[in-house]
Amino acid sequence: MGESDATRRGFLNWFLGTSVGALCVSVFYPVARYISPPEIPEAETARVTAGHEEDLRPGEAKIFRFGHTPGILLRTPEGNHRAFSATCTHLNCTVQFRGDLKQIWCACHNGFYDTSGQVVSGPPPRPLEEYAVNVTGGEIIVSRK
Amino acid sequence: MSLERTGADGGGGLMGWLEERLGLSNLVALGRKKQVPLHRHTIWYYFGGMSAFLFGIQVATGILLLLYYRPSAEEAFESVQFLMTRVPFGWLVRSIHSWSANLLIFVLFVHMFSVFFMRAYRKPRELTWVTGVFLLFLMLGFGFSGYLLPWNMLAFFATQVGTEVAGALPFIGDFALRFLRGGTQVTGGTLTRFYGMHVAVLPAITTAVLGLHLYLVQKHGMSVPQGVAPRGHHAFFPNFLLRDLIGWCVALACLATLAAVFPWELGEKADPFAPAPAGIRPEWYFVWMFQVLKILPGHVAGIEGELIGILAITLAAIFWLMVPFIDRDPAGAGESRSRRATLFTVMGWLAIAVLCALTAKEYLS
Repeated sequence: MGESDATRRGFLNWFLGTSVGALCVSVFYPVARYISPPEIPEAETARVTAGHEEDLRPGEAKIFRFGHTPGILLRTPEGNHRAFSATCTHLNCTVQFRGDLKQIWCACHNGFYDTSGQVVSGPPPRPLEEYAVNVTGGEIIVSRK
Repeated sequence: MSLERTGADGGGGLMGWLEERLGLSNLVALGRKKQVPLHRHTIWYYFGGMSAFLFGIQVATGILLLLYYRPSAEEAFESVQFLMTRVPFGWLVRSIHSWSANLLIFVLFVHMFSVFFMRAYRKPRELTWVTGVFLLFLMLGFGFSGYLLPWNMLAFFATQVGTEVAGALPFIGDFALRFLRGGTQVTGGTLTRFYGMHVAVLPAITTAVLGLHLYLVQKHGMSVPQGVAPRGHHAFFPNFLLRDLIGWCVALACLATLAAVFPWELGEKADPFAPAPAGIRPEWYFVWMFQVLKILPGHVAGIEGELIGILAITLAAIFWLMVPFIDRDPAGAGESRSRRATLFTVMGWLAIAVLCALTAKEYLS
């Protein structure tokens, strides 16, 4: 085998190798792009009607929809309305109001928040996000602060 | 345990380690031992591998489609629309899945007729033929069930007609119709049912039948057609497989071109209360059956024309499946052509002529 044969073989190997490489890229690049879901810009909800004034008696709470996430609306024993994000700051479970303890409780990992959304005990690292509450004509309007 | 430990065959490093555990050299030895005869009809041997390649593409793109598809009447169309308009390369994945399905059926027909004309189904390969024909039926089932999944007008009415045909079968018609539709009408229930068949039931059956088919091909080797003397043999691995690979590259290039230049359309969302749109017809590989049912008169000798058509198609399918048990000359190289061989060859060409004529009639009318 002469030198020219060796060069030809080298060229063919290089040619085949890059062709296979190009083929792999042309298959796996679209697949990689495809499997990562597209960003869907969602109109961020800034304000919702969470219910009517007479829905809750003092010491009661309810969950309402705030865009795509749950919110919790509670009425303190003094009769004031307060609203928070109902998503626990620990691992995203939805919290609930415990009337017997007068605290907001996350059942997943036993996290407790007081009626101001501050962490009382358990693993949550941060207080619940608080929303602004306005009562207009009997309707409870909740908006981001 | 170290990766550097020497393997059973003396190779060191990672390959040696893997070899010791997986015994891959046995597979390579098997591939080298398997001989493929060389003669003027050798080219037809490549269509089996081509079918397997296209089926592999169907599996891969099908899995990708599953990531976004939602199988309900309310969401199916919207999810495919989302996939095609918002997901990067979503249109390409769906287009490749649809085009590859059509190419697969075409290649399967070529493979089947080449086996038929070479009379490769004869003893001892009867079961290879039977499993092969079953695989074709399964692929037609994939085509039929997959066609409905985008839940567009064309798919809705094609399924309406297709399931109605099954409903006209004697004795089991009523059951078949209800079984296929999941009720008496084509509804969201039918869609869920077809989805289940398309992604679970048919793949499970196909895996088993394909496994048996490949085992039989492996066991009996390639059949040499009657009256053909091979000029030699080459090894399956690497000689035949590398040639196979070239064919697969060509198929992939065709597929990519078709999918990019003629992306598969989605059409309009199915509306069960809208009238059937004009020019409705099934996929091309079902058109000949559709045409048979269309040209038969309402009644023939007091029997419903539709029933006669369905019975004729069923009998033809059974006959096709039974071909190796009717044409019973044993296989062997170098035989002279018998009268029976000529008869079956003529029959094969007639079948192709009838299929093509019926299909052409629909497209030209």
